[in-house]
Amino acid sequence: MIAVLTIFLLCLCVITALGVVRAGNLFTAVMLMGIYSLLMAAVFLLLDAPDVALTEAAVGAGISTVLLLSALSLTAEEEHAGGIEPVLAAAVVLITAAIIFYATFDKPPLGDPDAPVHRHVAADYVPMTQEQVDIPNVVTAVLATFRGYDTLGEVVVVLTAAIGVLFLIGPDAPQGRHAPSGNLAEGGLKHHQPLRIVGKIAIPFIILFALYVQFHGEYSPGGGFQAGALLAAAIILYGLLEGRHAAASVIHPAVLRTMAAGGALLFGGVGVTTMLLGGRFLEYNVLRDDPIDAQHLGILVIEAGVGVTVAGVLILIYHAFAARGRP
Amino acid sequence: MNHILNLFNYWVFVLLLMIGFYAVIARDNLVKKLLGLSIFQAAVFLLFISMGKVSGGTAPIVLDGDWDAIFSNPLPQVLILTAIVVGISTLALGLAIVVRIKEAYGRISDVDAPERRSGPP
Repeated sequence: MIAVLTIFLLCLCVITALGVVRAGNLFTAVMLMGIYSLLMAAVFLLLDAPDVALTEAAVGAGISTVLLLSALSLTAEEEHAGGIEPVLAAAVVLITAAIIFYATFDKPPLGDPDAPVHRHVAADYVPMTQEQVDIPNVVTAVLATFRGYDTLGEVVVVLTAAIGVLFLIGPDAPQGRHAPSGNLAEGGLKHHQPLRIVGKIAIPFIILFALYVQFHGEYSPGGGFQAGALLAAAIILYGLLEGRHAAASVIHPAVLRTMAAGGALLFGGVGVTTMLLGGRFLEYNVLRDDPIDAQHLGILVIEAGVGVTVAGVLILIYHAFAARGRP
Repeated sequence: MNHILNLFNYWVFVLLLMIGFYAVIARDNLVKKLLGLSIFQAAVFLLFISMGKVSGGTAPIVLDGDWDAIFSNPLPQVLILTAIVVGISTLALGLAIVVRIKEAYGRISDVDAPERRSGPP
Protein backbone atom coordinates (compact mmCIF):
# COMPACT_ATOMS: atom_id res chain seq x y z
CA MET A 1 0.00 0.00 0.00
CA ILE A 2 2.77 2.40 0.98
CA ALA A 3 4.69 1.42 -2.17
CA VAL A 4 1.67 2.31 -4.33
CA LEU A 5 1.27 5.65 -2.55
CA THR A 6 4.98 6.41 -3.03
CA ILE A 7 4.76 5.61 -6.76
CA PHE A 8 1.67 7.81 -7.08
CA LEU A 9 3.36 10.74 -5.31
CA LEU A 10 6.56 10.34 -7.34
CA CYS A 11 4.54 10.41 -10.59
CA LEU A 12 2.89 13.64 -9.39
CA CYS A 13 6.37 15.02 -8.64
CA VAL A 14 7.45 14.35 -12.23
CA ILE A 15 4.28 15.97 -13.61
CA THR A 16 4.68 19.12 -11.47
CA ALA A 17 8.39 19.33 -12.39
CA LEU A 18 7.43 19.20 -16.09
CA GLY A 19 4.83 21.89 -15.35
CA VAL A 20 7.49 24.12 -13.77
CA VAL A 21 9.69 23.86 -16.86
CA ARG A 22 6.85 24.36 -19.36
CA ALA A 23 5.00 27.22 -17.61
CA GLY A 24 5.46 30.51 -19.47
CA ASN A 25 4.32 32.54 -16.49
CA LEU A 26 6.93 32.52 -13.74
CA PHE A 27 4.27 33.05 -11.04
CA THR A 28 2.68 29.74 -12.13
CA ALA A 29 6.09 28.08 -12.15
CA VAL A 30 6.83 29.24 -8.58
CA MET A 31 3.46 27.99 -7.32
CA LEU A 32 4.04 24.61 -9.00
CA MET A 33 7.47 24.56 -7.37
CA GLY A 34 5.82 24.88 -3.95
CA ILE A 35 3.55 21.92 -4.78
CA TYR A 36 6.60 19.95 -5.96
CA SER A 37 8.35 20.56 -2.63
CA LEU A 38 5.29 19.55 -0.64
CA LEU A 39 4.91 16.33 -2.66
CA MET A 40 8.60 15.63 -2.12
CA ALA A 41 8.11 16.15 1.65
CA ALA A 42 5.31 13.55 1.60
CA VAL A 43 7.60 11.10 -0.24
CA PHE A 44 10.33 11.66 2.38
CA LEU A 45 7.82 10.87 5.12
CA LEU A 46 6.89 7.59 3.40
CA LEU A 47 10.61 6.76 3.09
CA ASP A 48 11.00 6.89 6.90
CA ALA A 49 12.55 10.35 7.05
CA PRO A 50 10.19 12.54 9.14
CA ASP A 51 12.98 14.98 10.06
CA VAL A 52 13.75 15.61 6.41
CA ALA A 53 10.05 15.83 5.52
CA LEU A 54 9.51 18.49 8.18
CA THR A 55 12.45 20.54 6.90
CA GLU A 56 11.39 20.25 3.25
CA ALA A 57 7.80 21.23 4.05
CA ALA A 58 8.82 24.29 6.09
CA VAL A 59 11.70 25.44 3.89
CA GLY A 60 10.93 24.18 0.38
CA ALA A 61 7.18 24.67 0.28
CA GLY A 62 7.01 27.65 2.63
CA ILE A 63 9.94 30.01 2.77
CA SER A 64 11.46 29.38 -0.66
CA THR A 65 8.08 30.16 -2.29
CA VAL A 66 7.99 33.51 -0.45
CA LEU A 67 11.55 34.34 -1.52
CA LEU A 68 10.87 33.41 -5.15
CA LEU A 69 7.70 35.53 -5.20
CA SER A 70 9.54 38.52 -3.70
CA ALA A 71 12.26 38.10 -6.34
CA LEU A 72 9.57 37.97 -9.06
CA SER A 73 7.99 41.20 -7.80
CA LEU A 74 11.44 42.81 -8.28
CA THR A 75 12.09 41.34 -11.73
CA ALA A 76 9.53 40.15 -14.26
CA GLU A 77 6.63 37.75 -14.17
CA GLU A 78 6.52 36.67 -17.81
CA GLU A 79 9.20 34.54 -19.36
CA HIS A 80 10.17 35.55 -22.89
CA ALA A 81 10.86 32.79 -25.35
CA GLY A 82 14.53 32.27 -26.08
CA GLY A 83 17.48 30.23 -25.06
CA ILE A 84 19.45 27.63 -26.91
CA GLU A 85 17.98 25.38 -29.59
CA PRO A 86 15.53 23.01 -27.75
CA VAL A 87 16.58 20.07 -29.95
CA LEU A 88 20.22 20.48 -28.98
CA ALA A 89 19.34 20.80 -25.28
CA ALA A 90 17.07 17.75 -25.50
CA ALA A 91 19.86 15.74 -27.16
CA VAL A 92 22.33 16.61 -24.38
CA VAL A 93 19.73 15.77 -21.72
CA LEU A 94 18.77 12.46 -23.35
CA ILE A 95 22.38 11.30 -23.65
CA THR A 96 23.08 12.20 -19.98
CA ALA A 97 19.82 10.53 -18.94
CA ALA A 98 20.73 7.34 -20.80
CA ILE A 99 24.08 7.13 -18.98
CA ILE A 100 22.60 7.68 -15.50
CA PHE A 101 19.68 5.36 -16.29
CA TYR A 102 22.15 2.63 -17.27
CA ALA A 103 24.00 3.20 -13.98
CA THR A 104 20.84 2.65 -11.91
CA PHE A 105 20.88 -1.06 -12.87
CA ASP A 106 24.00 -1.44 -10.73
CA LYS A 107 22.23 -0.09 -7.68
CA PRO A 108 21.09 -2.48 -4.95
CA PRO A 109 17.28 -2.86 -4.85
CA LEU A 110 15.35 -0.29 -2.85
CA GLY A 111 15.26 -1.21 0.85
CA ASP A 112 17.99 -3.84 0.67
CA PRO A 113 19.39 -4.03 4.24
CA ASP A 114 22.77 -5.27 2.93
CA ALA A 115 23.35 -2.34 0.57
CA PRO A 116 26.81 -0.76 0.88
CA VAL A 117 25.30 2.46 2.21
CA HIS A 118 24.17 0.63 5.38
CA ARG A 119 27.59 -0.84 6.15
CA HIS A 120 30.72 0.98 7.36
CA VAL A 121 30.12 3.84 9.77
CA ALA A 122 26.33 4.05 9.31
CA ALA A 123 25.80 0.69 11.01
CA ASP A 124 27.42 1.95 14.20
CA TYR A 125 25.31 5.07 14.71
CA VAL A 126 22.29 3.39 16.36
CA PRO A 127 24.31 1.34 18.91
CA MET A 128 26.61 4.32 19.55
CA THR A 129 23.59 6.55 20.16
CA GLN A 130 22.17 4.08 22.67
CA GLU A 131 25.49 3.73 24.47
CA GLN A 132 26.93 7.24 24.45
CA VAL A 133 24.09 9.73 23.96
CA ASP A 134 20.88 7.96 24.98
CA ILE A 135 18.31 10.07 23.17
CA PRO A 136 15.53 8.47 21.10
CA ASN A 137 16.00 10.50 17.91
CA VAL A 138 19.07 8.98 16.27
CA VAL A 139 19.02 11.64 13.53
CA THR A 140 19.49 14.40 16.13
CA ALA A 141 22.27 12.43 17.82
CA VAL A 142 24.17 11.97 14.56
CA LEU A 143 23.60 15.59 13.56
CA ALA A 144 24.63 17.14 16.85
CA THR A 145 27.21 14.74 18.25
CA PHE A 146 28.78 12.32 15.79
CA ARG A 147 28.79 14.74 12.88
CA GLY A 148 28.95 17.98 14.84
CA TYR A 149 31.76 19.35 12.63
CA ASP A 150 29.58 18.94 9.54
CA THR A 151 26.69 20.70 11.21
CA LEU A 152 28.89 23.58 12.35
CA GLY A 153 30.12 23.87 8.77
CA GLU A 154 26.55 23.95 7.42
CA VAL A 155 25.56 26.66 9.91
CA VAL A 156 28.52 28.77 8.80
CA VAL A 157 27.55 28.23 5.13
CA VAL A 158 24.01 29.44 5.89
CA LEU A 159 25.43 32.51 7.67
CA THR A 160 27.80 33.19 4.77
CA ALA A 161 24.90 33.07 2.29
CA ALA A 162 23.02 35.64 4.38
CA ILE A 163 26.08 37.92 4.42
CA GLY A 164 26.26 37.57 0.63
CA VAL A 165 22.58 38.46 0.22
CA LEU A 166 23.00 41.52 2.46
CA PHE A 167 26.00 42.68 0.43
CA LEU A 168 24.06 42.26 -2.83
CA ILE A 169 20.61 43.62 -1.97
CA GLY A 170 20.85 44.71 1.66
CA PRO A 171 19.89 48.22 2.82
CA ASP A 172 23.34 49.61 1.99
CA ALA A 173 23.79 47.92 -1.40
CA PRO A 174 23.78 50.27 -4.43
CA GLN A 175 20.90 50.19 -6.92
CA GLY A 176 21.15 50.10 -10.71
CA ARG A 177 19.36 52.48 -13.10
CA HIS A 178 16.63 49.89 -13.75
CA ALA A 179 15.76 49.50 -10.06
CA PRO A 180 12.00 49.15 -9.60
CA SER A 181 10.17 51.87 -7.73
CA GLY A 182 8.29 50.53 -4.77
CA ASN A 183 7.85 46.89 -3.91
CA LEU A 184 4.65 44.87 -3.60
CA ALA A 185 6.13 42.87 -0.74
CA GLU A 186 6.71 46.01 1.31
CA GLY A 187 3.09 46.84 2.13
CA GLY A 188 1.59 43.47 2.93
CA LEU A 189 -2.02 42.41 2.43
CA LYS A 190 -3.64 45.10 4.55
CA HIS A 191 -6.71 45.28 2.28
CA HIS A 192 -7.44 41.55 2.39
CA GLN A 193 -9.31 41.27 5.68
CA PRO A 194 -10.14 37.52 5.63
CA LEU A 195 -6.52 36.59 4.87
CA ARG A 196 -5.24 38.93 7.61
CA ILE A 197 -7.56 37.57 10.27
CA VAL A 198 -7.18 33.88 9.43
CA GLY A 199 -3.44 34.24 8.91
CA LYS A 200 -2.91 35.99 12.23
CA ILE A 201 -4.74 33.20 14.07
CA ALA A 202 -2.19 30.72 12.70
CA ILE A 203 0.92 32.65 13.78
CA PRO A 204 0.93 31.87 17.56
CA PHE A 205 0.47 28.18 16.81
CA ILE A 206 3.34 28.17 14.33
CA ILE A 207 5.59 29.79 16.96
CA LEU A 208 4.45 27.31 19.60
CA PHE A 209 5.14 24.42 17.21
CA ALA A 210 8.57 25.89 16.41
CA LEU A 211 9.45 25.95 20.12
CA TYR A 212 8.18 22.38 20.55
CA VAL A 213 10.24 21.20 17.58
CA GLN A 214 13.28 23.04 18.97
CA PHE A 215 13.19 21.67 22.51
CA HIS A 216 11.63 18.27 21.83
CA GLY A 217 13.93 17.51 18.90
CA GLU A 218 15.83 14.87 20.85
CA TYR A 219 12.67 12.84 21.39
CA SER A 220 10.63 13.37 18.22
CA PRO A 221 11.27 14.60 14.68
CA GLY A 222 12.75 18.07 14.72
CA GLY A 223 15.68 20.12 15.88
CA GLY A 224 17.29 23.47 15.35
CA PHE A 225 17.10 23.56 11.55
CA GLN A 226 13.36 22.84 11.45
CA ALA A 227 12.56 25.09 14.42
CA GLY A 228 14.52 27.98 12.91
CA ALA A 229 12.68 27.60 9.59
CA LEU A 230 9.29 27.44 11.34
CA LEU A 231 9.98 30.51 13.49
CA ALA A 232 11.12 32.37 10.38
CA ALA A 233 7.93 31.24 8.60
CA ALA A 234 5.79 32.70 11.41
CA ILE A 235 7.53 36.10 11.30
CA ILE A 236 7.55 36.16 7.48
CA LEU A 237 3.83 35.33 7.44
CA TYR A 238 3.26 38.31 9.77
CA GLY A 239 5.32 40.46 7.41
CA LEU A 240 3.28 39.29 4.41
CA LEU A 241 0.01 40.12 6.17
CA GLU A 242 0.89 43.39 7.89
CA GLY A 243 3.79 44.71 5.83
CA ARG A 244 7.52 44.53 6.26
CA HIS A 245 7.73 47.29 8.87
CA ALA A 246 5.38 45.43 11.21
CA ALA A 247 7.60 42.35 10.97
CA ALA A 248 10.67 44.52 11.58
CA SER A 249 9.08 45.90 14.74
CA VAL A 250 8.64 42.35 16.10
CA ILE A 251 12.33 41.52 15.68
CA HIS A 252 14.47 44.44 14.57
CA PRO A 253 16.90 43.67 11.71
CA ALA A 254 19.82 44.65 13.96
CA VAL A 255 18.70 41.96 16.42
CA LEU A 256 18.37 39.53 13.51
CA ARG A 257 21.96 40.19 12.46
CA THR A 258 23.09 39.50 16.02
CA MET A 259 20.98 36.31 16.06
CA ALA A 260 22.43 35.06 12.76
CA ALA A 261 26.03 35.54 13.86
CA GLY A 262 25.41 34.77 17.55
CA GLY A 263 23.95 31.31 16.94
CA ALA A 264 26.97 30.22 14.91
CA LEU A 265 29.23 31.77 17.56
CA LEU A 266 27.39 29.86 20.30
CA PHE A 267 27.91 26.60 18.38
CA GLY A 268 31.62 27.29 17.88
CA GLY A 269 31.85 28.56 21.47
CA VAL A 270 30.69 25.18 22.79
CA GLY A 271 33.54 23.61 20.81
CA VAL A 272 36.09 26.01 22.29
CA THR A 273 34.66 25.48 25.80
CA THR A 274 35.09 21.72 25.53
CA MET A 275 38.70 22.30 24.43
CA LEU A 276 39.33 24.59 27.40
CA LEU A 277 37.89 21.92 29.69
CA GLY A 278 40.46 19.46 28.41
CA GLY A 279 38.44 17.64 25.76
CA ARG A 280 38.57 17.81 21.98
CA PHE A 281 36.64 20.28 19.82
CA LEU A 282 32.88 19.63 20.32
CA GLU A 283 33.54 16.65 22.64
CA TYR A 284 30.59 17.34 24.92
CA ASN A 285 31.51 14.62 27.45
CA VAL A 286 33.71 17.01 29.45
CA LEU A 287 30.92 19.56 30.05
CA ARG A 288 29.50 17.68 33.06
CA ASP A 289 30.61 14.86 35.34
CA ASP A 290 28.18 12.37 33.85
CA PRO A 291 29.01 11.88 30.14
CA ILE A 292 25.37 11.20 29.13
CA ASP A 293 24.16 14.36 30.92
CA ALA A 294 26.98 16.26 29.29
CA GLN A 295 25.90 15.02 25.83
CA HIS A 296 22.33 16.16 26.51
CA LEU A 297 23.55 19.61 27.60
CA GLY A 298 25.84 19.94 24.58
CA ILE A 299 23.09 18.92 22.13
CA LEU A 300 20.60 21.34 23.74
CA VAL A 301 23.01 24.29 23.46
CA ILE A 302 24.22 23.67 19.91
CA GLU A 303 20.66 22.98 18.68
CA ALA A 304 19.68 26.34 20.18
CA GLY A 305 22.58 27.93 18.29
CA VAL A 306 21.46 26.28 15.03
CA GLY A 307 17.84 27.38 15.54
CA VAL A 308 18.78 31.00 16.30
CA THR A 309 21.09 31.25 13.29
CA VAL A 310 18.66 29.66 10.83
CA ALA A 311 15.73 31.83 12.01
CA GLY A 312 17.87 34.99 11.94
CA VAL A 313 19.27 34.26 8.49
CA LEU A 314 15.93 33.41 6.85
CA ILE A 315 14.13 36.48 8.27
CA LEU A 316 17.07 38.72 7.29
CA ILE A 317 16.90 37.41 3.73
CA TYR A 318 13.15 38.08 3.64
CA HIS A 319 13.73 41.68 4.80
CA ALA A 320 16.44 42.18 2.18
CA PHE A 321 14.09 41.14 -0.64
CA ALA A 322 11.00 42.91 0.73
CA ALA A 323 12.82 46.23 1.27
CA ARG A 324 14.43 46.37 -2.17
CA GLY A 325 13.34 49.05 -4.63
CA ARG A 326 13.45 52.84 -4.75
CA PRO A 327 11.58 54.43 -1.85
CA MET B 1 7.21 -6.20 -11.72
CA ASN B 2 9.36 -6.59 -8.63
CA HIS B 3 12.39 -5.41 -10.55
CA ILE B 4 10.55 -2.24 -11.52
CA LEU B 5 9.55 -1.57 -7.90
CA ASN B 6 13.13 -2.14 -6.76
CA LEU B 7 14.52 0.60 -8.95
CA PHE B 8 11.48 2.86 -9.42
CA ASN B 9 12.71 5.61 -7.07
CA TYR B 10 16.04 5.76 -8.88
CA TRP B 11 14.33 6.11 -12.25
CA VAL B 12 12.20 8.95 -10.94
CA PHE B 13 15.44 10.46 -9.65
CA VAL B 14 16.92 10.30 -13.17
CA LEU B 15 13.77 11.86 -14.69
CA LEU B 16 13.64 14.73 -12.17
CA LEU B 17 17.37 15.32 -12.46
CA MET B 18 17.07 15.60 -16.24
CA ILE B 19 13.97 17.83 -16.11
CA GLY B 20 15.91 20.21 -13.86
CA PHE B 21 19.00 19.96 -16.08
CA TYR B 22 16.92 20.75 -19.17
CA ALA B 23 15.52 23.88 -17.52
CA VAL B 24 19.03 25.02 -16.61
CA ILE B 25 20.50 24.63 -20.11
CA ALA B 26 17.51 25.27 -22.41
CA ARG B 27 15.87 28.29 -20.74
CA ASP B 28 17.62 31.61 -20.57
CA ASN B 29 15.39 33.26 -17.99
CA LEU B 30 17.54 33.34 -14.86
CA VAL B 31 14.69 32.68 -12.41
CA LYS B 32 13.69 29.68 -14.53
CA LYS B 33 17.25 28.41 -14.40
CA LEU B 34 17.20 28.68 -10.59
CA LEU B 35 13.89 26.79 -10.48
CA GLY B 36 15.53 24.11 -12.63
CA LEU B 37 18.43 23.94 -10.18
CA SER B 38 15.96 23.52 -7.30
CA ILE B 39 14.26 20.60 -9.11
CA PHE B 40 17.71 19.11 -9.72
CA GLN B 41 18.60 19.54 -6.06
CA ALA B 42 15.38 17.92 -4.80
CA ALA B 43 16.07 14.96 -7.12
CA VAL B 44 19.41 14.43 -5.37
CA PHE B 45 17.63 14.60 -2.00
CA LEU B 46 15.29 11.87 -3.25
CA LEU B 47 18.27 9.70 -4.26
CA PHE B 48 19.86 9.95 -0.81
CA ILE B 49 16.67 9.34 1.16
CA SER B 50 15.74 6.39 -1.09
CA MET B 51 19.15 4.82 -0.50
CA GLY B 52 18.69 5.16 3.26
CA LYS B 53 15.39 3.25 3.28
CA VAL B 54 15.50 -0.26 4.75
CA SER B 55 12.68 -2.73 4.00
CA GLY B 56 10.48 -3.29 7.03
CA GLY B 57 12.34 -0.52 8.83
CA THR B 58 10.94 2.48 10.62
CA ALA B 59 12.03 6.09 11.08
CA PRO B 60 15.27 6.24 13.12
CA ILE B 61 13.50 7.40 16.29
CA VAL B 62 13.40 4.92 19.15
CA LEU B 63 9.94 4.24 20.60
CA ASP B 64 9.53 2.95 24.17
CA GLY B 65 13.21 2.07 24.50
CA ASP B 66 13.08 -0.53 21.71
CA TRP B 67 16.64 -0.11 20.43
CA ASP B 68 16.63 -3.41 18.53
CA ALA B 69 13.93 -2.48 16.00
CA ILE B 70 14.92 -2.18 12.33
CA PHE B 71 15.68 1.44 11.55
CA SER B 72 16.21 3.17 8.23
CA ASN B 73 19.68 4.65 7.86
CA PRO B 74 19.89 7.96 9.79
CA LEU B 75 23.06 9.17 8.06
CA PRO B 76 21.58 10.19 4.64
CA GLN B 77 18.74 11.89 6.51
CA VAL B 78 21.19 14.03 8.52
CA LEU B 79 23.09 14.98 5.38
CA ILE B 80 19.92 15.92 3.48
CA LEU B 81 18.17 17.87 6.21
CA THR B 82 21.14 20.20 6.53
CA ALA B 83 21.45 20.31 2.72
CA ILE B 84 17.85 21.56 2.43
CA VAL B 85 18.58 24.56 4.66
CA VAL B 86 21.85 25.26 2.84
CA GLY B 87 19.87 24.90 -0.42
CA ILE B 88 17.48 27.72 0.41
CA SER B 89 20.38 29.97 1.48
CA THR B 90 22.12 29.43 -1.86
CA LEU B 91 18.80 29.92 -3.70
CA ALA B 92 18.41 33.26 -1.89
CA LEU B 93 21.94 34.25 -2.89
CA GLY B 94 21.19 33.31 -6.52
CA LEU B 95 17.96 35.33 -6.48
CA ALA B 96 19.82 38.31 -5.00
CA ILE B 97 22.26 38.17 -7.92
CA VAL B 98 19.31 37.97 -10.35
CA VAL B 99 17.74 41.07 -8.75
CA ARG B 100 21.01 42.98 -9.16
CA ILE B 101 21.29 41.86 -12.81
CA LYS B 102 17.75 43.09 -13.45
CA GLU B 103 18.58 46.44 -11.83
CA ALA B 104 21.75 46.85 -13.89
CA TYR B 105 20.56 45.60 -17.32
CA GLY B 106 16.77 45.88 -17.13
CA ARG B 107 16.22 42.24 -18.05
CA ILE B 108 16.83 38.77 -16.62
CA SER B 109 16.96 36.72 -19.80
CA ASP B 110 19.39 36.74 -22.69
CA VAL B 111 21.87 38.50 -20.41
CA ASP B 112 24.93 37.36 -22.34
CA ALA B 113 23.62 37.83 -25.90
CA PRO B 114 26.34 39.94 -27.59
CA GLU B 115 24.04 42.02 -29.84
CA ARG B 116 22.03 43.27 -26.87
CA ARG B 117 24.89 43.71 -24.45
CA SER B 118 24.95 47.03 -22.68
CA GLY B 119 27.23 48.00 -19.86
CA PRO B 120 26.09 48.46 -16.29
CA PRO B 121 25.37 52.07 -15.32
